[in-house]
Amino acid sequence: MAGTSIMETLFQRDLDDLIKGIRQQQIKESLFISKAIEEIRREIKSTDLPTKSAALRKLSYLSSLHGADMSFAAFHAVEVMSSPQFFYKKIGYHAVTQSFNDDTPVILLITNQLRKDLNSSNQFEVSLALECLSRIGNVDLARDLTPEVFTLLSSSKVFIKKKAIAVVLRVFEKYPDAVRVCFKRLVENLESSEPVILSAVVGVFCELCLKDPRSYLPLAPEFYKILVDSKNNWLLIKVLKIFAKLATLEPRLAKRVVEPICEFMRRTEAKSLLFECIRTVLSSLSEYESAVKLAVVKVREFLVDDDPNLKYLGLQALSIIAPKHLWAVLENKDFVIKSLSDGDYNIKLESLRLLMSMVSESNVAEISRVLINYALKSDPEFCNQILGSILSTCCRNLYEVIVDFDWYASLLGEMVRIPHCQKGEEIEHQIIDIAMRVKDVRPALVHVCRNLLIDPALLGNPFLHRILSAAAWVSGEYVEFSRNPFELMEALLQPRTNLLLPSIRAVYVQSVFKVLIFCVHSYLLHKENISSVNTDNLASEVPESVFARMSCENSDLATSEAPASSEQHDSFNPRNINQSFGDLSIENGGDATVSNSQASTSASLGRNSFTQESIVNLFNIVELALGPLSRSHDVEIQERARNVLGFTDLIKQEILNPVVQGEENLARAETEASRVVKLMCDAFSEELGPVSTSAQDRVPVPDGLLLKENLADLETICGDIQLPLSSSFSLSSTPLGEAVDISRTNLQSKDETEPSHESTSLLAEHRKRHGLYYLASEKSEVASNDYPPANDPMSQDKLNDDAEDLLKLTEQSLAPKKKPNQAKPRPVVLKLDGDEISVAAKKPELKDDLLSGVVQDVLLGNDGVPSSSRSNRSENLSGKSKGKEKLNTDLSLETKENVPGEKMPDHVNTSSRRSKHRSHGKERRQKGQGKDGEEKEDNGQKKKRKSNHHRGKHKAHQRADEPSNVVAQTPVIPDFLL
Amino acid sequence: MIKSVMVMNTQGKPRLAKFYDFQPVEKQQELIRSVFGVLCGRADNVSNFVEADSIFGPGTRLVYKHFATLYFVFIFDSSENELAMLDLIQVFVETLDKCFKNVCELDIVYNYSKLHTILDEIIFGGQVLETSSIEVIKAVEEISKCSPSLSPSTCLSFFGPSTRPLLLCYN
Repeated sequence: MAGTSIMETLFQRDLDDLIKGIRQQQIKESLFISKAIEEIRREIKSTDLPTKSAALRKLSYLSSLHGADMSFAAFHAVEVMSSPQFFYKKIGYHAVTQSFNDDTPVILLITNQLRKDLNSSNQFEVSLALECLSRIGNVDLARDLTPEVFTLLSSSKVFIKKKAIAVVLRVFEKYPDAVRVCFKRLVENLESSEPVILSAVVGVFCELCLKDPRSYLPLAPEFYKILVDSKNNWLLIKVLKIFAKLATLEPRLAKRVVEPICEFMRRTEAKSLLFECIRTVLSSLSEYESAVKLAVVKVREFLVDDDPNLKYLGLQALSIIAPKHLWAVLENKDFVIKSLSDGDYNIKLESLRLLMSMVSESNVAEISRVLINYALKSDPEFCNQILGSILSTCCRNLYEVIVDFDWYASLLGEMVRIPHCQKGEEIEHQIIDIAMRVKDVRPALVHVCRNLLIDPALLGNPFLHRILSAAAWVSGEYVEFSRNPFELMEALLQPRTNLLLPSIRAVYVQSVFKVLIFCVHSYLLHKENISSVNTDNLASEVPESVFARMSCENSDLATSEAPASSEQHDSFNPRNINQSFGDLSIENGGDATVSNSQASTSASLGRNSFTQESIVNLFNIVELALGPLSRSHDVEIQERARNVLGFTDLIKQEILNPVVQGEENLARAETEASRVVKLMCDAFSEELGPVSTSAQDRVPVPDGLLLKENLADLETICGDIQLPLSSSFSLSSTPLGEAVDISRTNLQSKDETEPSHESTSLLAEHRKRHGLYYLASEKSEVASNDYPPANDPMSQDKLNDDAEDLLKLTEQSLAPKKKPNQAKPRPVVLKLDGDEISVAAKKPELKDDLLSGVVQDVLLGNDGVPSSSRSNRSENLSGKSKGKEKLNTDLSLETKENVPGEKMPDHVNTSSRRSKHRSHGKERRQKGQGKDGEEKEDNGQKKKRKSNHHRGKHKAHQRADEPSNVVAQTPVIPDFLL
Repeated sequence: MIKSVMVMNTQGKPRLAKFYDFQPVEKQQELIRSVFGVLCGRADNVSNFVEADSIFGPGTRLVYKHFATLYFVFIFDSSENELAMLDLIQVFVETLDKCFKNVCELDIVYNYSKLHTILDEIIFGGQVLETSSIEVIKAVEEISKCSPSLSPSTCLSFFGPSTRPLLLCYN
């Protein structure tokens, strides 16, 4: 046995050999490593410590740098770690620290070893144990070792003390109760004269503050002292970070620190400190005009510096301030734009963001123009970044910056043609979104879409297919705005469409259907028109309503050139008829003055070539192109193609064979056909609207209906169908019957009083569970039964007035440019309940905070504090707590934790409490707080009365004064209340 | 809080990787690869900051410095100052330079343990405890005395890029 271990030791490869081997290996690296690990697995079982530790050391190396698994060695690591020799112990600790986590079972075994080493007289052993605790400490370790850490906090060796302070962070995080024990010693170190210690403790408080600043407000005087006294930049940076958090909670504190910080900005040479000052001012002290101005001057210095790091940080600083002081960005606009062509990707990105933050109604066109030009020149990645930010900025808050939607539609069209464009999904979404929301943009959008559809080159770029899908849908849905439906039809049926995905092709086929219906319908109306003009007798056979509508429509047109589509829509049901006629006569007839009478309308329609010949031609194209698709393997395409073909079969003969039939026959047949066409046309003319994301929530669940109860039954009925959980749903055009049937069987006895509600919700349920069998509910197929009326866009615009005013004042324009045409009103943009409007959303959020603050007050302030701690408090306040220093600190924390709303009284409490056992506390407090002292004393006295009622009132009062300070708090130390 | 420290060479081979939040080894390797993927595409005269939100999660920042054949990378959150971290990388490399006398990549390759000892004296559990390289060297030397076998191994007579002193190109 001994022999083998000697042999092992003699011939074992140590870490250096291993590294050499990896570097010189002839075989593949992974193979070499797996061989080495095999070796290690053998060696690590050795009873010989040197062999074992060498193996462990190799394993740690391979694990850290080559990703080898070392979980199998956990126990061996513990063994090596318990070696009395420092060299081996160190290897063991290194392995444990590197590989252990909460899931490692043997972590339970190291507690005693750690305790032993924490008590060791060798400071390096203590240091190893502390390092280990700070990296892998879990709840158990933190709890069990708290006493040792507490002892080490007052170690005389700086080397140990600084590490003990740092480890407290991990201990607090894992075992909050340790705060009761260690907090006071930690705080005491804030006055340490040893810079390393001070730096360590401020570092810990900085971390704690970031998580929950409010609890540490009472320590502000200590931090303030460091801020004004210290010369150490590292320390100052950390203190500034703390104040950046505290100052937002306590305006009076902000007032105190703003001057010292400005002083640093003026004097310091260190860029790191300067940047921290700038960041603190811009993020937390932005109400102090002079400080902000100074900071912006310094930012400017960063921006013009040659060092790209400073440039980058300067831009970052600008983006911090952009939401509050846009002028700072506008002042540096030239620089921001210049940075767009910087060689550094980060700088480009940052300047892009800044540029987008400057966007407003008045300059969106300009900025987009500049950016599109940059996008054309940029590499693909940045190009798409640019396009992405234009898209997201423009659609923000329901396109609030867009006034001229026709321009925006053409911008979208332009983006598609940028070679690197990969933003298919966003553009697809926006095209459909604005088509549905903004009625006025539809003609322009249809035109843009037509240009996209007729370009065969675009079909070759798979990134754009989704956009083409949107374009096809828009063209079909709003075909009445199309200048040339025949051309559109050819575009939709062009041979290269076979490059599209089946799902997109299905959209194309559906659009073909819509266009076809539209053309045939227009043709029939046109014919009726002619006949009604030619022979008055026949007019009676034409449905009266159609005739009336047309004449009315035409006279409308004569008076108002631009058809106000909304009005028309209100007064007549099939909007297609009205709008199509309006459009066609205007666009094809050239000038609207011609269309004064019915005759002239007919003439213009005639020119539009809705002739028999063209319709025949249309049918032929459709049949030719869709014929093969009716045997497509994709059900979606097949079904739709067959629909279209079925429709053509149905009416083609009747419409197109007038020659064979007699005059009267013709009239009769055509009315028959026109009835079918009109039916279809009506079906398609149903206005589609955007569907709110919250639509589903608004469907009331009828009383007594327990949806859950039926789920099990449903499952037995539906059998082994996989239930997809996703999928949203729309409320119409669904196989209602089936859904209700299935559910009815389960529900017969239950709820028959509200059948309509029932069926809707059941349908909803069914759709949720069987989304698979429903059409995708997005965009094209969705028809909402009723969507809320358009809101007044003005209310939303008002929110931006401030920013705009600023802009107008400071705007020296990006380039000489025309103001947007104010005469043209912004079209109505439909809004839904579910639409997020971030500007508006901010307010409710604040309200929520207030609410949660009140809730917390009720819970914690009145009922939440257990009576025991309250009595402790009174004892405490009565000031006879000589031997209760520990308790004092605890309580001060408790109050901090428990009563988040109560900032100032707390402050006083803790300070006054502290002053009882630390004579210098008071002096500093007054230095720190100056004039406010008196007021606080008042508060303090009020508190001493211990009237809960009074306290509550006081709090409420405070909150009313400073609503913005009330922030929902998540205590770092949740178990504090015990 | 510092989340991670990495040293890797310009070919993407890691020389040191320390994660102050526990990460499974596969994840560690993945992170190292993604960091290298970002760094290798960057020119020399650009800023030392990289947006690393996509790699390490929101709010994290990455600062790196390129010395001869090595990248030194620090990843940290909002409680650290970017420029201070850049200085800290400099402190770290200068300390290495003093420990190894004209440190080059090879020293770092063969003194894996010592590298960790040095780093642990500067950064403790993600917090910066020591910024003076003199103090660090003092502590490291004392630790070496406790463990005799930790003496620097003999540098092999290797020629090639990995023997280029790191700090020559800087000053």
